Parts: sequence; structure tokens; C-alpha cells
Amino acid sequence: MPTFTVNGESRQFDGDGDMPLLWYLRDELGLTGSKFGCGAGVCGACTAHLDGEAIRTCVTPVSAAEGKKVVTIEGLDANGDHPVQKAWRELSVPQCGFCQCGQIMQAAALLTRNQAPSDDEITAEMSGNICRCGCYERIHSAVRLAAGGV
Amino acid sequence: MLHYLEKDLKSSTVAPRTVIENVSRRGFLGGALTASGFVLAISTVPASAREALKTYPHGGQGMPHGVVHDPKIFIAITDKGDVTIVTHRSEMGTGIRTSLPLVVADEMEADWKRVKLEQAPGDEPKYGNQDTDGSRSMRHFIQPMRQCGAAMRQMLEQAAAAQWKCDLADVKAELHEVVNTKTGKKLGYGELAKAAMALPVPAVETIKVKKESEFRYMRKGEAKIYDLHDITTGKAIYGADIRLPGMKYAVMARPPVVGGKIKSVKSDATKKVPGVEAVFEFAGPDAPPYKFATVGGVAVVANSTYAALKGREALEVEWDHGANAVYDTDTYTKAMYETAKKPGKVIRNQGDVDKAFAEAKDTFVGEYHQAHMAQAPMEPLVAVARIVDGKVEVWAPVQSPYGARKDIAEALKVPIENVTVHVTLLGGGFGRKSKWDWMLEAVRISEKLNGAPVKLQWSREDDIQHSFYHTTSVERIEMALDDKGKVTGWRHCTVAPSIVSTFAPDSGHQFNIEYGMGFVDMPFEIPNIRCENGEAKAHARIGWFRSVSNLPRAFAVQSAVAELAHKLGRDPKDMLLELLGSDRIIDPKASGFPEDFWNYGEPYPEFPINVARLKGVVNLAADKAGWGKKLPKGEGMGIAVHRAFASYVASVVHVKIDADGTIRVPEVTSAIDCGFYVNPERIRSQMEGAAVMGMSAAAYSAITFKGGAVEQSNYADFQVATMANFPKKVNVVIADPKPENHAGGVGEPGVPPFAPAFANAIFVASGQRLRSMPTGDKLKV
Repeated sequence: MPTFTVNGESRQFDGDGDMPLLWYLRDELGLTGSKFGCGAGVCGACTAHLDGEAIRTCVTPVSAAEGKKVVTIEGLDANGDHPVQKAWRELSVPQCGFCQCGQIMQAAALLTRNQAPSDDEITAEMSGNICRCGCYERIHSAVRLAAGGV
Repeated sequence: MLHYLEKDLKSSTVAPRTVIENVSRRGFLGGALTASGFVLAISTVPASAREALKTYPHGGQGMPHGVVHDPKIFIAITDKGDVTIVTHRSEMGTGIRTSLPLVVADEMEADWKRVKLEQAPGDEPKYGNQDTDGSRSMRHFIQPMRQCGAAMRQMLEQAAAAQWKCDLADVKAELHEVVNTKTGKKLGYGELAKAAMALPVPAVETIKVKKESEFRYMRKGEAKIYDLHDITTGKAIYGADIRLPGMKYAVMARPPVVGGKIKSVKSDATKKVPGVEAVFEFAGPDAPPYKFATVGGVAVVANSTYAALKGREALEVEWDHGANAVYDTDTYTKAMYETAKKPGKVIRNQGDVDKAFAEAKDTFVGEYHQAHMAQAPMEPLVAVARIVDGKVEVWAPVQSPYGARKDIAEALKVPIENVTVHVTLLGGGFGRKSKWDWMLEAVRISEKLNGAPVKLQWSREDDIQHSFYHTTSVERIEMALDDKGKVTGWRHCTVAPSIVSTFAPDSGHQFNIEYGMGFVDMPFEIPNIRCENGEAKAHARIGWFRSVSNLPRAFAVQSAVAELAHKLGRDPKDMLLELLGSDRIIDPKASGFPEDFWNYGEPYPEFPINVARLKGVVNLAADKAGWGKKLPKGEGMGIAVHRAFASYVASVVHVKIDADGTIRVPEVTSAIDCGFYVNPERIRSQMEGAAVMGMSAAAYSAITFKGGAVEQSNYADFQVATMANFPKKVNVVIADPKPENHAGGVGEPGVPPFAPAFANAIFVASGQRLRSMPTGDKLKV
């Protein structure tokens, strides 16, 4: 029975360990900030952190979380004031907003690992997160802006 | 079907609607308000700040349920002064949920920080038209919302003057309170709310709106979108985020070919999947047109999304693919090219094109192709439905909540009063969510479950394979030239399966709405012009995609201009300006436009094709981009201009070809003239996004059919631009509005100029001319 934490709270899961983490977060815990966009790990809307690394929860089985820390957008910062979130608001990044939680989680993981990413490193890190509204220019700028504050 | 289309379909096939009819609606605004005999002594209000509301006829008045401007419908004020403004258009990323209430708040002098928004359910008789598509929200509601806010302000001032027993001339509303300019006394909006709301709404002719110099929020672009904090913290509620007690989860297996039917279903394995609770079969429509009906299939209901998806995987369904199994993209495309060479049905005829070609010293021919596309918004379709005591309730990210409500009532045979459609935020729409097939699926599944709440979730594969697709097309352009290189004749033949086929028996021909999108309204000053339509029957559901037929038309027309410039050794921008010709308002009749010419539903005299505005944005974009500056080898600029949705956009795309042939776009400069505008910050974001979606369409996105089924299934094979390659920097210039230029569209017009400007730039950078979208992002080197 996998045991792990979600946003700091201990959780035990007694269902099918093959279930993608996304459905556990959304359907069972009601943490709906992680979005279902593709179910195949190719759009990034479902991105959360597993021990600090950005993962695609739509293709990560719950069993893979055993003994680890899961952080979703809801747990990124208690007040929603993570530097990445603040930068996103400062530059008015979102249009429809649906992909943005995944984008923010991806960017936050990058900046934890690399506090001064180059433009190319930002591009490489963020290239797996699709935004159909096309907010890429502002996403790139917001990651750069947030890099000063992580 | 989209209820506003009924009229256009009729007019297109039965009695052509003339341009003039649309204009004769003046007085509508006044008529709607005559119930109020109350006349405010407004002349005493300081004249510097306000001016009489100038009403003008616009297409919104002719939409189903028209426009509503009653402050008592849209505004609520508590006794503490908290203001709630109803926002009745769907938010899919344009910012309209914020921008229209911002107009109301500005005119009523409300403090935006004290304003809360309430999303209207689908209720057009109450709020006016809610079809959030066609780039219409600002175009149709700027005036009603200004009127609504100004009326509220006047009611608050009147209430204050009554309380103080003073002259109305001595009171002035200012940032959430009314001030007595003589005594300095103040009354907050909360204190005045009850008395103000009890007053009759001032008649339209007494409404004074702000002068531009007094705008507090309009034109400033400083207010953030209302949902920004919620979006960045995961609290914003989209369709799939609705959770009801006891809610079931459902997915459906649908016929791979539209019009296909179930032959047999084996669901034993599905029923053994833990969590699966029920399997239902649904028949599809018997024959086309399919409209927005469900296509039928097998529904799997479970206690979680995961179980429902697993249950669907375990289904064994045998399908009878039906007549559309013949659809094969390769064969179909070849046939379109052939059809375009032959004479088609003449739609616009000006001068004598045959004579022009017979006398031509030289000719030009260009054939341009575009593949089908899916809208593929980031949020796949989803709806939550329940039926309690015969009352149906649906939550969905839908662009047309009232159209959906009507069809749901009809499908379930309940009175429309018993159906409620709640509108969540939309995770993108781009036209897909102006249909409501998936909502009908959800209510039908709930019906089978005796009304239990159920969430119907579409997967990305469902979305890619069961869309209402952007049409595929061949646009063939021929030009006749005289001995001086002047274009004397223009023949354009369009061949594309039509949106009409989704709603009516398919004649193989397009209709006035599609003809009006960059085809018959082609603005060049050429003496002889003929626009023809060749037959192309649909084998898929064809629907709207952001900017619709404007995409292939701008690509063809604006690529052809640059090709002609090259042939004649001219600068492409100079060539474009020369073809646009003299500053003039195009006269549709003298230019041979069809009788039922569709001007985005707008009365032509109020929203005419103004060539000076086209040239204006060309020059704005070119100047800002540094058109003509020397670029290194392997780089180039292309330019294109297009009028769509009553707005004018020119784009200059700067392309750089990498050593391995990869096409990069370091910079795009777009100039938009959308007339009166409100929120420059959101206009910029729309133009940035339009460049990215333009690049997706130009370089990446294609839906192809084999055996009648879509060959793509997810973002891995239906590609869109990602951060790996996208227009890196988008400069946006917004033209200063002239008083006579009413608000035009913003959401869509930015997309069409990208593809031709991109292709024109690639040609300059590489010498390779790409005439088929998507081009891919790599040139042969």
C-alpha cells in the first residue's frame, strides 16, 4: 500500500497502484489545480513535483510516489506567493489559464535546480509544456523574472 | 445548430439578405427602453466630462435576443457598497470576462477593487446574446455596456441629489461615492444603492457617457484579468473541476468515422474492471446533416475517471463505418487541386475577367493549400450533468450556453425553464466549444442513470478524432498582367468542404459567411475580378476554428502578392500598397459583390471595408519592424495584411533559417486597427497568441483522414507550436481609433496574416516558396 505525502500531508492509497497520480489527486483528493490535458505526458498541464522534480502526473502511477513527497500547485506556496506565481501575475502571463498551473510547476522545479538558467535552458525546460493560447513569450519572460527571486 | 446561423443559411439558399436590411435597425436601443418615461435633468452635469451616448446600428442587435443594457440586470450593489457585475460572455482566454465589466465599472465610476464578477448562466432573453464567437463580444456589447454603466451612474447621482434635496448639477459620482460639489458631503454607493436601484432606468437619449479623457479603466490596460490569482494558484474552476456529491464518471467510445454505427459491442471485460458500474449504447443520427447532435457510441460509467477510461480500453466494438469511409486526404486533396482549375460557381463578378486574360501580356498562377485542423484547446471537452425532479442542470466550458440549453431541452423533451446551463471558465475554445455535442452526451448519460450526477470527460484522443474540423482547402489565384506589369484581371477559385454541410444537405458549395471571409471581400483595386467556388463535398464534420476561412484566404491572397512582387522585381510591401490602391470605402455593389454579401453580420455603412485602414496597418507594421533594413544571409522579412471581423491587421514576420534548415521566427510585428478599444493589454496578449497559433497552423498542424478516420490522436502527432520553436518576440502596435470607427473584433483577426507573412519571409530568406500548410518547420538544405 503506497504511503507518501501530498502537500505535506501523509496519505495512504489502497487502490490500483497503476492509477495515474493525476486521477488520485483530482478525483480522490479534490486537488483540481493539476489539469488533464493529454493523458500521455506530452502537454504538461498535469505537472506536479515528486521529491522536487517536475513530473507528468497523468503518466506517473500512484505506486511511483511510494515514500516520496508530492507537491501540487495548491501546495507550492501557502499563500500562492511563490516567486514564479508572483512573476506570472506581474507579467499577466495567462490567457485561458488552463495550462498555467503545469507551466508554473515546471518553472518552479527548474528554478529550484538552477537559479540562474540561461535563455536556452529556460526554453529547453519549458518546451514540453504546451500552451494553445500561445503565451510562450510571457512564460519565458516570467521564468526569467522569477529567477531573481527564487 | 448555432441558432444565429438559421437566418444566414436560409438567406443563402432561399432569399438573399441584402446589406440594406441590416442597417434599418436604428431605434432598437431606444425602443428597448421606452418603458421608462423617466428623463434625467442631465444637462446640468459638468459638461466637460461627459457626452451624449452616440448610438449606432451593429450586428449585435440582429443576433438572437439582441443586446441588453439594463443596469438592473447586470449590476447589484450591496448596502456596504460591494458591487457585483454580471459577465455574460464566456471566458476562453480573450479576457472578455474582465473587459466588459471593466467598461461598466468605468462608466458607473465604480472602484474596480470593490467589484466582483458573476458569470451568467445561459439565459439570452435576460442578458442578450451569449454566442461567444466570431470576435463579437466587444464589437456588440461595448455600447450596451457603456450605456448600462452610465445609466447606473446617473441613477446613483439622482438618488444622492434626492437625499440631499439639492440640484442634480451639484452632485458628481466619483470612484464609488457621490460628492456634493457645493457642500463637500459624500454618500457611498452602498448608502445610495437601494434608492438608486428603485429609480427607473434613464432613457437612452438621456444617457451621457464619459469622454475619453475621463476614462478610468478603459484604454489603460492596468487592470489585471479578474481570475489571475485563482489561475496561478490552481483555484480557478474549469469544466472538469466541478465536483458534485455522488458524482459518477463517464467516457465514451465513438464511431471512428462520422456517421458510423455500432455493429456489435462486447462489454464483459469492461464490466469486470473494478469501479465500472454501467455500459450504455447510444445510436447516432440516421443521416447527415449531423448538426451538433451526439454521434452515438458506447458510454462507460464508473466511480472514477481512471476506471471509466480502463473500462473503455477493455471494450470490443465493431463498427459499421458508413458512407464517409471513402474519405482519404491524399485523394481528396488531389481532386481539390483539379476542381480549382475548372470554372466554378461565380460568386463575385466585377468587370470582364475573360477579356482581361485574353488580352493579358503575362499571367500569374498560384495554388495554395491548407490541411484540416482540430481546435485542440488545452482543456478537453467535459461536462457535468444531473437531473433532479425533472430539472436538468449542466456545468460546462461552453461558448454558446443558451444554444446548448435550447438543444438540451429539446433532446430531453423538457421545457427550457427546466434546464440550467452553468458556464465555467473555458480552457481555450477556438470554436470547438461553440458546439455542444458533448453536453448532450452528458445529459443523456445522466438520464440513463435516473438523473444521477455524472461527469463526461473527453480524452485528448477523443478531442483530436471527433472535432468539427477546420476545413481543408485549395485556393487558386490567377492574375492577368498588362505590358506595364499592372494587374488587370483576378480570378480566385476556392475549393473547400463547407461548414454548411454540418447543418444542411451538402450541395458541395460554401455559403455567404465563408465567402465573406477574405474571398469576395478581397480589397484590391483591380478592374476585373471574378471569385468562383468549386464543388467539394464534406466527409467529416466541418466547423469553426479561430478566424475560420480567413486563414486559407489570407494565406493565398497575401502569398500571391509577394509572388507577383518577385516576378516583377518589386518590393513586396510596395506591391501590396499598389494593389490596395487608392484610399476608399469599397462599394460592394459596384465591385460585383454578391447580393447576400456577409460583412461579419455588421451593417455595411457602419463597418465598411476601408482601404485606408488596410494601408494604415501595413505602414504601421512595416515602420515598426524596420521594413527594408538589411538582414544577414538566411534571414528575411515577409508582410501580409487582412481585414477580418471588422478589424484590420498587418503582420511582418522575420524568419531566420538555421544551418540545418530549421525555420525560426525571432520576431513578429503586428499592427491592429480594431477601432474603438478598451483593454490594450489584452489586445496585445491576443496578438501574441495569434502569432503562435498562426505559426501552429502555418508550420505544424494537420488532421488527415484515411478510411474516413482521423489519423492523428494526440499532441504527439497533431502538432502545435511549443517553446522549442515559436515567434520569440511579438511587437504589437494598436492604431489610434478614429471616432467613426466602431469597435471591431480582436480574438481572431490576428491569426490570418501570420501564415502568408511567414511564407513570404521564408522565400526571402531561402528562395523556397511554400504553398501548402502546414509547411513543417524544416527546409530542405
